[in-house]
Amino acid sequence: MQATDPIIAFSRVNKWYGHFHVLRDIDLDVARGERIVICGPSGSGKSTLIRCINRLEEHQQGVLKVDGVELSDDLKAIEAIRRQVGMVFQQFNLFPHLTVLENLTLAPMWVGKVPKKEADERAMQQLARVRIAEQAAKYPLQLSGGQQQRVAIARALCLTPKIMLFDEPTSALDPEMIKEVLDVMIELANQGITMLCVTHEMGFARSVADRVIFMDQGQIVEQNTPAEFFSHPKSERTKDFLSKILAH
Amino acid sequence: MEAPSKPFRWSWRSAKFRALVYQIAAVLLVVAAGWYLVHNTLANMRVRGIQSGYDFLRQPAGFAISESLFEFDSSETYFRAFLIGLSNTLRVAIVGIVLATLLGALIGIGRLSRNFLIRSLCGAYVETFRNVPLLLQLFMWYFILTELLPPIDEALQPIPHVFFSKNGLQYPIPVWALDHVWVAAGALVGCVGAWAWRRFARHRREASGSAPPVVLPALAIVLAGGFVGWLAGGAPSALDFPEKTEITVVGGGAVTPEFLTVLVGLTLYTASYIAEIVRGGIQAVAHGQHEAAAALGLARSQEVRLVLLPQALRVIIPPITSQYLNLTKNSSLAVAVGYPDIVSISTTTLNQTGRAIEAISIVMLCYLTMSLLTATIMNWYNRRAAIRER
Amino acid sequence: MSTITHGYQLIPPRAPPVATEGVLPWLRRNLFSDWKNALGTLVIAALLAVFVPRLFDWAVVNAVARPDNAACRAIGHAGACWGVVAEKYRLILFGRYPYAEQWRPLLATTLMIVLLAASCYRPFWKQWLIALWVVVAAAFFVLMRGGVLGLTPVETARWGGFPLTMMLSTIGLGTAFPLSILVALGRRSRMPGIRTLCVLYVELIRGVPLISVLFMASFMFPLFMPAGMTIDVLLRVQVGITLFSAAYLAEVVRGGLQAVPRGQVEAAASLGLTYWQTTRKIVLPQALRIVVPAIMNTFIGTFKDTSLVTIVSLYDLTGALQLALGDSDWRKFFLEGQLFVAAIYFVCCFAMSRYSRWVERHLNTGARRN
Repeated sequence: MQATDPIIAFSRVNKWYGHFHVLRDIDLDVARGERIVICGPSGSGKSTLIRCINRLEEHQQGVLKVDGVELSDDLKAIEAIRRQVGMVFQQFNLFPHLTVLENLTLAPMWVGKVPKKEADERAMQQLARVRIAEQAAKYPLQLSGGQQQRVAIARALCLTPKIMLFDEPTSALDPEMIKEVLDVMIELANQGITMLCVTHEMGFARSVADRVIFMDQGQIVEQNTPAEFFSHPKSERTKDFLSKILAH
Repeated sequence: MEAPSKPFRWSWRSAKFRALVYQIAAVLLVVAAGWYLVHNTLANMRVRGIQSGYDFLRQPAGFAISESLFEFDSSETYFRAFLIGLSNTLRVAIVGIVLATLLGALIGIGRLSRNFLIRSLCGAYVETFRNVPLLLQLFMWYFILTELLPPIDEALQPIPHVFFSKNGLQYPIPVWALDHVWVAAGALVGCVGAWAWRRFARHRREASGSAPPVVLPALAIVLAGGFVGWLAGGAPSALDFPEKTEITVVGGGAVTPEFLTVLVGLTLYTASYIAEIVRGGIQAVAHGQHEAAAALGLARSQEVRLVLLPQALRVIIPPITSQYLNLTKNSSLAVAVGYPDIVSISTTTLNQTGRAIEAISIVMLCYLTMSLLTATIMNWYNRRAAIRER
Repeated sequence: MSTITHGYQLIPPRAPPVATEGVLPWLRRNLFSDWKNALGTLVIAALLAVFVPRLFDWAVVNAVARPDNAACRAIGHAGACWGVVAEKYRLILFGRYPYAEQWRPLLATTLMIVLLAASCYRPFWKQWLIALWVVVAAAFFVLMRGGVLGLTPVETARWGGFPLTMMLSTIGLGTAFPLSILVALGRRSRMPGIRTLCVLYVELIRGVPLISVLFMASFMFPLFMPAGMTIDVLLRVQVGITLFSAAYLAEVVRGGLQAVPRGQVEAAASLGLTYWQTTRKIVLPQALRIVVPAIMNTFIGTFKDTSLVTIVSLYDLTGALQLALGDSDWRKFFLEGQLFVAAIYFVCCFAMSRYSRWVERHLNTGARRN
């Protein structure tokens, strides 16, 4: 495997929910360190696409390779991939019965077999990175939404993943908290990690993304650099979508 | 500086005044009603020549009790009779609680199984036992255990030395010798050892990352401790086996069909409620928690132990405690099948001495104490385990 | 690396390569998804294949349906003796009510059941329903008691069977429900006197078994009455059941009251509504809607609990069964009689729990937020 090989490779990937054809002939290569924003109307399959990458969803047809390992029913392969892929959810999904610090050290200790001291140090480092180190002893439900999402980002980073997936990370937040989370994500993006982000925040896409992908009805309609994508959309469908979300 | 106090206005337009009036009226009403009832009661008791007072507890009971953990004959006092009744209630309640929890947890988890047959059978179990009154179920079990089983001279022997007949269940029991204390002591040492192993395992894990196994070694240590204690006590192995003679079965330990009826009926009935509580608790944990745990790479067993169970138990424990209390209160139905629990003893006493108020009040006091104890433990648990929020 | 897509063509949806809908995929997913599952399925299927035909033989094929004692004894354990039901059903269903007058409890119970079923239907939830209930309740008592309209009087001690179960449950719950709302409101009141009284009532009753309450009603109520005045046993027991159910319902309603957001009360206060107006029009409708499942569970529990009046010698459905099978001729076939009565309870309770789920679904469509 060479360093120039794509870190994620979709090859004619198809997925069905029952009879509903939710992902259609997805061909996508993601290079190392590339930052991608995926947008599109709801129901277009964007979340399903990134959830296939860490096998939270299973694809039925096609080949999906992550860091050279093909995703299939092989449990060992899935475990290995999940150690390299971190995910941040729309609903944060922090563990409410554990403190912030315990949320972060759980996976390194039990999956990564890291000693407690080292896990604690790593956790504090990540908390400092997302600028929330003073809340380490609090419980998740004692924090605001923006703080909880930053903790969730820190939790995903504790396993030092090569890829970070973001599934609409700011959609459940009040407007005044969106900025603090986006700032953290921009800092992360500038540090060289591979990122796939499903979001409606087009400002973020313009400032950070290497590529913007527009999906509709389960297929990739258009992909381009942000500059080209926003100023010269190629297809009618894209123009229609952009007019709706950029209107105000 | 404190806020200035407001003057109390004697007017119907003041909320405080109204509240005072309502409360005084309510309390006066209740006190008046209470005084009326007490007055009537005393008058009635005088007319009927009923004596009152709890001194009857020191008198000899004059009736026998069909089964008890301790010795009792009719010359013992009523007080001792009530104690025996209480011990019988606790005996069937504690065994019932343990069995019902195990069975209920299994069935509750079975209802979430992927296998359609297991799901349906567990669902059918819950619906069947929840929709029929407990009293009717007790009558049915009593009928099965006393009419449909063979009489004692033709007792069934499902396992060697265990006899099952209309007269109950008879099984081998170790002969009590002082040496048995060594077994208990050994098991206790084993428990301490198991606790020490747990602490050691946790230290290893935190220090180096690799987690040594905990559950099986701990169990092995307790059993080993008991075994060593048994050896140290001279390995007492005398067992009292029930022997089948021509007309009956002698020897061994025994439980009556009444005890079995109450135990089986209570267990199966309460297990169906516990199953629903366990299922609800597991389903109450948001699906997002499973996804987050999976995304972090936790194995299923780790996820269940570290994420699912702590959250599910917080939802399960309060209602399950009230089910335990219900089971204890439902054991009072034992009076219908002749098991001498505390309600049954109190009814006999009431019939013999005519002291209705005293007898019923003793029973109510016992149950109220048990309820209060359970509620206190539950509140303590809730405060300790509550998920801290803003 | 940017890939520019030229020309976008809609990819039409296709059928999945491996079907996930349909009988075979369902079987695979639910019964044979992995080896543990498959093993479980085979074991259970084998057990069912052994026991179900035997059960069927006992209950249907070899069963005796005629009320023929000799035939039942002849068939012994090989077949069920449903003849015991055919022989004793009137005693089981109506208790010791005089044989010739049993059309009266039948009519009374039917009226009550019809009205219950009608009350379940949402368009009927109007004012005149309550008036109708009062009328039917009065009719019930007139029919059962007699003494007027040319009906022979039947004393309450002879009332029994299913009509007694229905009466104790329906009237018990009908009176307990308003009482429980008052007690729940009282428990949340800011006046310490009222709150203490309500707390004492609820905790006292909930801490003791129903049997104690029934014994108290049976043995102690007569002592509470002025000398010479006697109360009917049935009335005493009915009061006991009502007080017991009201305590449990009060806890359920209190849970609902706690779940209504404080903002609702504040909004009502800012509009100038009084306490009782707020409670009646704003708080209670929302509170009750939230706890419908728990209320229905308590109703089902009370329906089953009426069986305990057997212990104080009132012959409801369960008690009448004991009475009917005291007959030594039919004693061996008690189990079939018990199954019959269990089936009646099962049907009633199961119907109530299904209705509860329906109510939950339909009442909350208005309250559902996105």
